[in-house]
Amino acid sequence: MTVGGMPVPGRARPPDHRQESTNLADILERVLDKGIVIAGDIRVNLLDIELLTIKIRLLVASVDKAREMGIDWWEHDPTLSSGQRDLAEENRRLRERVGVLEAARAGEGNGDNEDDNEDDNDDNDGSRRVLRGREERRPERREQKGRQDE
Amino acid sequence: MSDEVMYLYAVTDADLGDAEIDDMRAVDGAAVHIIAEAPVAAVVSAVDAERFSASALRRNLENLQWLEDVARAHNAVVSDLAHRRPVAPVRLATVFANTENVRALLRTRAQDFVAALDRVRGRREWAVKGFVGLTDPPSAAAGSTDTLSPGRSYLERRRAERDSHTRHIEEASTEADAIHNRLVKLTLANRRYPPQDRRLSGYRDEMVLNAAYLLPAGAEIEFRRVVDEYHEGHLRLELSGPWAPYSFATLEGDQ
Repeated sequence: MTVGGMPVPGRARPPDHRQESTNLADILERVLDKGIVIAGDIRVNLLDIELLTIKIRLLVASVDKAREMGIDWWEHDPTLSSGQRDLAEENRRLRERVGVLEAARAGEGNGDNEDDNEDDNDDNDGSRRVLRGREERRPERREQKGRQDE
Repeated sequence: MSDEVMYLYAVTDADLGDAEIDDMRAVDGAAVHIIAEAPVAAVVSAVDAERFSASALRRNLENLQWLEDVARAHNAVVSDLAHRRPVAPVRLATVFANTENVRALLRTRAQDFVAALDRVRGRREWAVKGFVGLTDPPSAAAGSTDTLSPGRSYLERRRAERDSHTRHIEEASTEADAIHNRLVKLTLANRRYPPQDRRLSGYRDEMVLNAAYLLPAGAEIEFRRVVDEYHEGHLRLELSGPWAPYSFATLEGDQ
């Protein structure tokens, strides 16, 4: 069964009422809990709103906050527990770190100066990479002098 | 002196043209505007400064109807865009005092946005939920409780039901892991989320899988086939999408 989401390409754009049929929980989950967080000038941190309606809070509350509130349904599912998610996150960071160390070692032979702050690298894992907003270090292009992280 | 502030929906490539947003309706029925600052562009609309002030937002976000209206409008703009081009969705209620401040954001985070857009270029997000029905309470234990007192019998029955319920969920969760792992092989990235709360989602069955997957165009047919044709064990799958890449067009520290 396929529901919600965007229209399938090739079809005309759907009438507006189709939007209404998309499950509200699906939409709230995305617009409140996913998507890029940017510090706007007028920013209300959604997770900081103490009085947020319980219905919404159940959905968007961070794990820790929910636990404080005595909500623990995810604890019963090991695949959803925070422990496993943290582990996955740690694995990801470690993989990145290994990539950085290997690249740094490769760069040493070229007389490259070390930059302690640099922890990003071209690890070809495009889908999960953390973005640093800096120029990538490319050992094979060392001849381009003067490229340095800020 | 302006009574309006800028509500930001998403960031996309700077080649976004007015023709692409002409027919979009934004929050409060306003028109959608483009603020381009190559190589990226922001998609915004003007909203009432008072309604979207910090204090009003705190109040309004308590109002589920207000929240639903804004959330649906927000998602409509983001989804329409994502249907046409790579897009990096921004969280609900990200508001700037003026256009110049949005430009400043685009300038300072340009590289981050470009990288986020590159990650979802030519790819789409699909979501799969897995449910398990909990409708048939066990009757097996009934015979063995005949000799017990009514109170004891009741408690035994409740305990058997609870145990059965737990087993049911556990089995379905194992099945959910298995199908998730199958789907992951067809996709470029994935995220698993906690099950949605029944009170908000309205689902009667227990949700044991709530996951998002990022697919290259070429993988969609096979991915959909696997989900649609899944009829195993206790688990019932539900596919939704394609969604704007809410789960994958993310910036550093926002995972």
